[in-house]
Amino acid sequence: MIGGQVVVVTGRSVRVWGGMDIQFFIELFFGGLTRGSIYALIALGYTLVYGIIGLINFAHGEVYMLGAFTALLVAGVLGVYGFPAGGILVVAALTAVVWCAAYGYTLEKVAYKPLRGAPRLSPLISAIGMSIFLQNYVLLAQTSDFVPFPNLLPNMDFLELIDYVMGPSDFLILLVSTIAMVALSVFIRFTRMGKAMRATAQNRKMALLLGVNADRIISLTFIIGSALAALGGVLIASHMGQVNFGIGFLAGLKAFTAAVLGGIGSIPGAMVGGLVLGLAESFTTGYFSGNYEDMLAFGILILILIFRPDGILGKATVEKV
Amino acid sequence: MQRVLKAAMVALWFMLLTLPVLGIGLNTVEHSVVWRLDRIFALGAGIFVLALLWDWCFARKAAGRPLLVLPQGIGMASVLEALRQHPALRHGALGVLGVVMLIMPVVGSFYQTNIMISALLYVMLALGLNIVVGLAGQLVLGYVAFYAIGAYTYGLLNQFLGWGFWACLPVGGILAVLFGLGLGFPVLRLRGDYLAIVTLGFGEIVRLTLQNWTSVTGGPRGISDIPRPGFFGMSMDIAASTTYIYYLVLAAVIITIVVISRLKNSRVGLALQALREDEVACEAMGVDITRVKLSAFALGSCWAGFAGVIFAAKTTYINPSSFTFMESAMILSMVVLGGMGSIAGVVIAAFILILAPEYLRAFSDYRMLLFGAIMVVMMLFRPQGLISGERRKYHISALHGTRGGRS
Repeated sequence: MIGGQVVVVTGRSVRVWGGMDIQFFIELFFGGLTRGSIYALIALGYTLVYGIIGLINFAHGEVYMLGAFTALLVAGVLGVYGFPAGGILVVAALTAVVWCAAYGYTLEKVAYKPLRGAPRLSPLISAIGMSIFLQNYVLLAQTSDFVPFPNLLPNMDFLELIDYVMGPSDFLILLVSTIAMVALSVFIRFTRMGKAMRATAQNRKMALLLGVNADRIISLTFIIGSALAALGGVLIASHMGQVNFGIGFLAGLKAFTAAVLGGIGSIPGAMVGGLVLGLAESFTTGYFSGNYEDMLAFGILILILIFRPDGILGKATVEKV
Repeated sequence: MQRVLKAAMVALWFMLLTLPVLGIGLNTVEHSVVWRLDRIFALGAGIFVLALLWDWCFARKAAGRPLLVLPQGIGMASVLEALRQHPALRHGALGVLGVVMLIMPVVGSFYQTNIMISALLYVMLALGLNIVVGLAGQLVLGYVAFYAIGAYTYGLLNQFLGWGFWACLPVGGILAVLFGLGLGFPVLRLRGDYLAIVTLGFGEIVRLTLQNWTSVTGGPRGISDIPRPGFFGMSMDIAASTTYIYYLVLAAVIITIVVISRLKNSRVGLALQALREDEVACEAMGVDITRVKLSAFALGSCWAGFAGVIFAAKTTYINPSSFTFMESAMILSMVVLGGMGSIAGVVIAAFILILAPEYLRAFSDYRMLLFGAIMVVMMLFRPQGLISGERRKYHISALHGTRGGRS
């Protein structure tokens, strides 16, 4: 706070308000929703993988970063070759999603699959190794600087009325992430594959006995999770306007916080957790100080894990011998 | 033939996979694109060889044979075995090592002494983490926080109260222990990956606090002009005081090694190892889990506190960016690479990981990349590390001689 005024830094603009009015509250609310839906998209990847194989996929944040980078590079190439501006974002986003799905698939095959049945710490350490590896792969292959992300969003005139609440990128984030989450829920709920996924999550041995190809389901889980993370990466990169090889670490941790907050292993939990975390961060930034938003996430994570490790929507589990 | 075909497919897959990030060079200023296909083809060739090797390694692993068969008498295991069986040889080797370490700052340059100091500091950190991760099996990912606490203890006490190095050394250790207990107490119930994440969060919170609490810690600028340790009030130039710090760290490392090797077979140490093997069974055998876990945290964090104070004295300048998660990951990879629970292994790994990039400047860019890859490969093929921490064996010869006790 500066002299009784509140300086709000959202993704789009810096504004100085004379007081804390309702408009300000609404702005923070929608800022939180935008942020939260990105967290939710990434958190889904954590929760899906954890639900199926009980592994914290530490490298998941890196897939998100790779998504942002792939989209940026593809968009840059298309821009140079004079592709029409409207199509660039769609093509870049699709490429990022497909490529990251491939990255996720490969990641599982290389670093996790050989470790099935190993002690629990082994895949976790392997995941940390993969996370470091992927960060440095992008660092060496591209650059350590922040790279500007081109502004590819079309003008959305119909947003003029609610301009103070959301800009085009906020609108896009909310729209796309809602569609993605609904699509995922429908897929999990109503398709054969989704049913197989739920069965594997419930009891892998039993699912195997009933003819579910567990290896394929696990691969599928990684593919879906990575694709969602890539989508989140593209959206946030076009929102923030810059990309760096290190963005995956913090985003991944926060998304993991969101997954734990909602109850890890639970799909609606990841969505709820993401939104709650996003709102909490947005309000802290708005009403207190932006310096502490990262600490807030870690604080929540620690408190939740200590006092209610099953999260908001999770089921209590009993450790069996 | 089929294997070659498969490897070629894998190479092709990776070439496609890395095409955008590795193959596109984007110049945003000049608005041009450089296709770096040379990189892609080089990678493809590399992956082809790696895929063949990968296949072969897994075939060996599945057949239960070791990946590397060294001729008799060469290799880590046989050297260790020889050292274990011949005390004279062991003492001789230790003596040679001791002499080399002692005359190191005299024959080596200023630069080399400095590198050795940081290598020794990492040895201390890795040994400390080894207690928590290697012996007690509690995966702590925020270990660098205790290091930071030690360093800032010295920096702040010196800046505000004018305390000297020797007064701060025990305070740094004690504060680190207190923080270790403070972290250990709430996380008693957690195990495995949840514990890892909570400690990671703790590490980040400590770093963010140091970074944001500008009025006390100086924020991102950190604390500068921290005095080097004094020696009975003698004033020393940089070279002399570096040599002095070198001997100090060396002494600290030796003390650490002695304490930890004594600890390993002590009552507490055995309880720690029981905890690592099976928490529930350990509790059922009457071990007080709470006390054992807390002592693991306390014992582990105090070395980081000491190392932090020495680090602040060595660099005379500290800021939060020295205490990122990457440092924790590096210390962890020393423990993993060296072999959890093995003192010699961890010391060797720490030296390799710090000295190799210093002397192989060409590879220093790839250091972190290699760390990551090594962590994965170690987990896949040699989860026990360079030297697996050996367990104490009991030879119950007396019972065999007397046909069992009571019958």
